[in-house]
Amino acid sequence: MDVRIGIRNTKSILFKGVIVFFAFLITIPLIIVLLYIIKQGVTQVNWHFLTHVPAPVGESGGGISNALIGSFLMVLMSSVLAIPVGMFAGIYLSENPTTKLAYYSGLCVDILQGVPSIVVGIVIYFWLVKPLGTFSALSGSVALAIMMLPIVIRSTEQTLRLLPASLKEAALSLGVPYHRVILKVIVPCGFAGILSGIMLSIARIIGETAPLLFTAFGNPYLSVSVTKPMESLPHLIFTYATSPYDEWHNLAWGASFILLMFVLILNIVTKLITRKWNIQL
Amino acid sequence: MKNKRLDLSYSQMKWETIFRRILICMSVILVLIVIGILITLIKESMPSIKSLGIGYLWGKVWDPVSNIYGAYPFLIGTLLTSFIALILSVPFSYAISIYLGEYNPKGWLSNLLKNAIELIAAVPSIIYGFWGLFVLVPVIRTFEAKIGVAPYGIGVFTASLVLAVMIIPYAASLGITLIRMVPSPLKEGAYALGATRYEVIRSVIMPFTRSGLFAGVLLSLGRALGETMAVTMLIGNTSSLAHTFKDAIFGPSNTMASVIANEFTEADHTVYLSALIELGLVLFFVTVIINLIGKRIITKFTNN
Repeated sequence: MDVRIGIRNTKSILFKGVIVFFAFLITIPLIIVLLYIIKQGVTQVNWHFLTHVPAPVGESGGGISNALIGSFLMVLMSSVLAIPVGMFAGIYLSENPTTKLAYYSGLCVDILQGVPSIVVGIVIYFWLVKPLGTFSALSGSVALAIMMLPIVIRSTEQTLRLLPASLKEAALSLGVPYHRVILKVIVPCGFAGILSGIMLSIARIIGETAPLLFTAFGNPYLSVSVTKPMESLPHLIFTYATSPYDEWHNLAWGASFILLMFVLILNIVTKLITRKWNIQL
Repeated sequence: MKNKRLDLSYSQMKWETIFRRILICMSVILVLIVIGILITLIKESMPSIKSLGIGYLWGKVWDPVSNIYGAYPFLIGTLLTSFIALILSVPFSYAISIYLGEYNPKGWLSNLLKNAIELIAAVPSIIYGFWGLFVLVPVIRTFEAKIGVAPYGIGVFTASLVLAVMIIPYAASLGITLIRMVPSPLKEGAYALGATRYEVIRSVIMPFTRSGLFAGVLLSLGRALGETMAVTMLIGNTSSLAHTFKDAIFGPSNTMASVIANEFTEADHTVYLSALIELGLVLFFVTVIINLIGKRIITKFTNN
């Protein structure tokens, strides 16, 4: 009898050992990737690197200013497109959970979340690139905005659902009109949650490459025209990483480092916001 | 004075209606976007559906030069990479779920692990691809030389390895929430009967969360099928079918997403382009259906 209990206890301890081993093993690839990118990238980054366009093959130096500006502009434009739509759709979903429209748009959020990014790229190619006749930053932004939408909508919806109903009822009973209740009471109360959703969606799209391949396309020169092809950080990494030249690889390592830092900082700030306001997403 | 007040309330009522209409409009826009995506994909892949028919799906040759298009190599490549990645990732995502859901739900160590897993999901796919190309490929090459297959380095196996790391967070984060939802009276009952920790996990927690954990695996499968950049950089991009099993696992191949990424801007005639879009259409349907099934299971689970 004692032996059997001993066997069962040993089994339990062994199992825990296996679980702990597998659970922590996964942090090793992450650490290796992070350290490698930092090691390769940090030596590349200096003022010259941030303020110059990439140098042609054979010349040393050169930077990624075109991709930095391009990424910034495109993320800005897609935020302008996606945040209002996402927030209002999220408010609708949280306010009217039972209507037919809410069912279908909820379904569409689920569908959009599952659409591979490359398919979004194809579709925007036919919506904007072909009619306009050229690859453009605008079409890239629209593609990124579509990728942002489901995250913004879900975070808005879930944050607003968590707010107590008495808040809305109190405001309404004071005679405040419905739209003011939503815009001046409900949304400010859930602002931290909505904001963290927005930041998460930006962190997601800033590294998206696939939809940009057929929309913004990329441009080795500095361009701020939204109807022309525009370079972005992930696209620059893709073209320069797959090139056969060492100078270009170095550019790509530097760009990877910058991109990784952006993503990490966005994630950490999001964490801090949600912790301070104690909102679960 | 009286009139002014009436005017005010009238204008406010007007704003009320406008506000409600804006809310409805934005939700309708969302539905229109999704319908638009579907219609565009179907319309643009019509030329290839018409000229190639259903045989497109099991045509074994993809040769744009002689105008022959068969999607079979890409279907196989996609399924192979995704399933290898899934098999590699399942032990890890289950272990993380059980560790953070049951063994150690609170404390600095579990916070650290949780943040690390969120970071894995946050690192852009292009960076995994770039790193894989320069660090993992040489390692795999020496490994392949040792076990006696052609040492390409790039190929299905390399792509699956990186893909496995990328999809672990999706199943794991869902698994943690689900395991924490197991009612404690169930667990306490089992402990009271003298069960060990392992026995509680195996015969109470796992059966209770089985469907939810399965949904997590489905969601990460959906992610793996559509993942483009890392796979494109690591899979080697050949459209010919491998002849032996070893070549199929370790040799270069192509997935649906990677062939679209590589050839879309090069497609110079109608059927070629629409054959690529048809691949996108297939990818769209498969990932969306997998995603919806996963979501349905989770909703059902969390409502119970």
